[in-house]
Amino acid sequence: MKRILAVDDSASMRQMVAFTLKSAGFEVAEAADGAIALEMAKKESFSLVLCDVNMPNMDGIALVRALRQLPAYKFTPLLMLTTESGAEKKQEGKQAGATGWLVKPFNPDQLIATVNKVIG
Amino acid sequence: MGIDLARFHQTFFEESFEGLDAMESALLRLSPQTADREAINGIFRAAHSIKGGAATFGFNEVSAFTHLLETLLDEMRAGVRPVGGAEIDVLLRAVDVLRELLHAARDGGSADPAAVQQIGDALTRLLATPAADDGTPPRAAPSAAPPGTWRIRFVPQPQIFTSGNDPLRILRALSQLGELDVCCDTTRLPGLADADPERCYLAWELVLRSACDREAIAEVFAWVEDECELSIEPWRADGDACADTSASARRQAAEAQPLRLIEGGRTTDGAVAEPAARTAQRTESSSIRVATEKIDSLINLVGELVITEAMLQQLARTLDPVMHEKLLAGLALLDRNTRQIQEAVMATRMLPVDFVFSRFPRVVRDLAAKLGKQVRLQTVGEATELDKSVIECIADPLTHLVRNAIDHGIERPAERIAAGKDATGTIRLSAAHQGGHIVIEVADDGRGLDRTRIIAKARERGLAAAETMSDEEVWRLIFEPGFSTAETVTDVSGRGVGMDVVKKNVDALSGTIEVASTAGWGTRITIRLPLTLAILDGMSVRVGDEVFIIPLASVAESLQPSPGQIRSVAGCARVIKLRNEYVPLVSLREIYGVRTGAHDPAHGLVVVLESGGRRIAAVVDELVGQQQVVIKSIESNYRRVPGISGATILGDGRVALITDVAEILRIGSRAQAA
Amino acid sequence: MDTTIVRSAPPASAPPLDSASGGEFLTFRLGDEEYGVDILKVQEIRGYDTVTRIPDAPAFIKGVINLRGTIVPVVDLRMKLSVGRVAYDAFTVMIILNLGRRIVGVVVDSVSDVIALKPDQVRPAPEIGTVIDTRHIIGIGTIDERMLILLDIERLMLSADMQLVGQAA
Repeated sequence: MKRILAVDDSASMRQMVAFTLKSAGFEVAEAADGAIALEMAKKESFSLVLCDVNMPNMDGIALVRALRQLPAYKFTPLLMLTTESGAEKKQEGKQAGATGWLVKPFNPDQLIATVNKVIG
Repeated sequence: MGIDLARFHQTFFEESFEGLDAMESALLRLSPQTADREAINGIFRAAHSIKGGAATFGFNEVSAFTHLLETLLDEMRAGVRPVGGAEIDVLLRAVDVLRELLHAARDGGSADPAAVQQIGDALTRLLATPAADDGTPPRAAPSAAPPGTWRIRFVPQPQIFTSGNDPLRILRALSQLGELDVCCDTTRLPGLADADPERCYLAWELVLRSACDREAIAEVFAWVEDECELSIEPWRADGDACADTSASARRQAAEAQPLRLIEGGRTTDGAVAEPAARTAQRTESSSIRVATEKIDSLINLVGELVITEAMLQQLARTLDPVMHEKLLAGLALLDRNTRQIQEAVMATRMLPVDFVFSRFPRVVRDLAAKLGKQVRLQTVGEATELDKSVIECIADPLTHLVRNAIDHGIERPAERIAAGKDATGTIRLSAAHQGGHIVIEVADDGRGLDRTRIIAKARERGLAAAETMSDEEVWRLIFEPGFSTAETVTDVSGRGVGMDVVKKNVDALSGTIEVASTAGWGTRITIRLPLTLAILDGMSVRVGDEVFIIPLASVAESLQPSPGQIRSVAGCARVIKLRNEYVPLVSLREIYGVRTGAHDPAHGLVVVLESGGRRIAAVVDELVGQQQVVIKSIESNYRRVPGISGATILGDGRVALITDVAEILRIGSRAQAA
Repeated sequence: MDTTIVRSAPPASAPPLDSASGGEFLTFRLGDEEYGVDILKVQEIRGYDTVTRIPDAPAFIKGVINLRGTIVPVVDLRMKLSVGRVAYDAFTVMIILNLGRRIVGVVVDSVSDVIALKPDQVRPAPEIGTVIDTRHIIGIGTIDERMLILLDIERLMLSADMQLVGQAA
């Protein structure tokens, strides 16, 4: 089963993402900030990482940058969950090595479609 | 896919209210001089999360309003918008509005539209004043391309795989838009020996027949637009796309042959990473939410465990220690483990007192502004922990005390200056552990309590008050029902609840409240509370054949009275002389109507009980011991019992009743008066 | 009077469980009369345990017991109704009643058995002289030669007369 890491400091968003993806048949692990996510990613392997941009401890951009440095995540799709207002964040994220983004707000169907597009 | 988002609402509201609290306290710490970047970042993050969640879960009013807030904060954290007093004020009021909007969204009501409008306008006005630099880039006007056929040239950069993107995925997405003809350009492909499987050497010429607009196609490439050369052009001529493209290009039919090679490379990479997953430990986020009922049920179960364990210990005492060495060693271990579990479980209910203290910066700020006073709030010991239920019960009384201190204690600036004081008054909130108690103090450096006025007021209210009373006795008058020292009833502290309600709340928690005050120097109110309501350190006493538990915190001393120490006053009421003081004496045997056991007053012991600054001596037959007991309610299956605050279960499984010391004092004083 | 612990099965002639005012009843004796209470209200039957006396309670409220961590009051119905022989020995039994929000223990002379009554075996309570107020009686059940006074035990126990519930001040 494809394993996905969902990273968001907002518990409700994290739960929504995890629940949605689990119901779509993915295995999902959750992390509340970038630092936790990075530690998890080092210990386990994930087919996809979905991360929020604004987070305490380590933000999404820094997480993407750090993950790309890891050999295991050299080619792994890393998607940022961002808001429309963060146009420059998208660019910053891309430069850090993000695969792409999903614009908040998104509904469960959009999330599944995007994830399927990437790793389906 | 039918996922009901409502299941996440609860979490969303909880985290949003927490976020608002965090925003509020951070905003209150922000001062225009010390606009701390990290603090602003934190506030921004909170707003950002609320907006994202609200939009996702369909609370559009919340997300629209938060958007304004967020935009302002974003400019502040980018340093292009000054963080002035006016901005902080508006942001604070916006937090209030947001809280109302969230309440309305949760409970189905509606927020005050005028307030939403007013603060929304204020935010918009602030945003309309130009920031130092408008951070938003101009948006490209959408191109209105006609539907039909599109010609797309897509040349990914060689390192495109390192962003996790895959040209094959993009081609698949395009093919979903319409009919897609694909020509693969392999001119850049080196010999197999030189090929790096991690690089992409291919390019594509594509013809898409679709009614979609240019935007939709650009959208497919959105993630890679900076990682490729891309052209999207409407193409009128119908024909073979491949035939029409650059003559220099070697073309192949768009079979995924080369892509398979690339995919193979990735597969290998993935396979290396895969086994790591098997050995990995799953780490979870650092905290979880648990319903209070679950914790309470855990506490009850641990209570049972403690009782069972005490029962086993009691049985074990009759065993021969030599013959049952191992069993006894096991029991000793069980004893230790049980205590540890109990402590650990109780700790889950403990919260830092900051949960209450954190509301006061706002209370002080708002109230001081309203009353035209200058007040500085100092908090000490915010990290001191106490039981959640105690925190909940103490929040309102503390708020009342703080409001009172600002309203009645702290003088107006002019008055303070005239008195040679700093124009800004200080309110100091502190919390500290003392034994099994938490001591919370509310101190101000205001004018202090006015002895004369309190006595006059008390008389006016028909309370017994004399000039000869000690200060301590006078201060105690303010806790009498219906007493209020304010000359005019303000809407601040004169809400019909007075200090008597504060006192009642503290009493209900088996706590004590004390006042110290010096005219011109200020007032200090000290509240002592048990750390938890679930467990009590008790002294077990025997009265006749019955055992009662007296809260140890209320036991001042115990003694064997000498003949002549006990005297009758006015015929029936008795007192005991303790050093230079006469303390009223009551018999627990009489109060509890115990009829068993021989009553030999000569052998009785006296336990001096203390509550709310008053003392009473209670006669018992024997002091059995001290122990920690789990408090059980009698009222859940029975009614209130006078003089009894609850029950507990002793080591042998029997029920023992817990003495309500405050009530014994009342009963005692009635008996004295009779 | 002999004390019997619940017999496992009702008599073979017992009719099957029915609805309406019929149903299964736990029967017990108080003095010369036999009573029945809705079996669904009965949590368990226990021997008489050490009871802790409560101050300021009438004599028929024996006190409180520890029922697996819950404090439960115990009423001696024999004393309350002045019937039977009030003694506490190895044969004395307590019926633990679960009345929805409250749990109460009741001491009776003896517990007999569980019987099922069809609605047609239950008649309205006549205005006859029993020791229990007619308001607290659902009806009279008859089975063979036996006559059972079927109690509305919840109403009886929570009535002001029982003094188990705090009265609004």
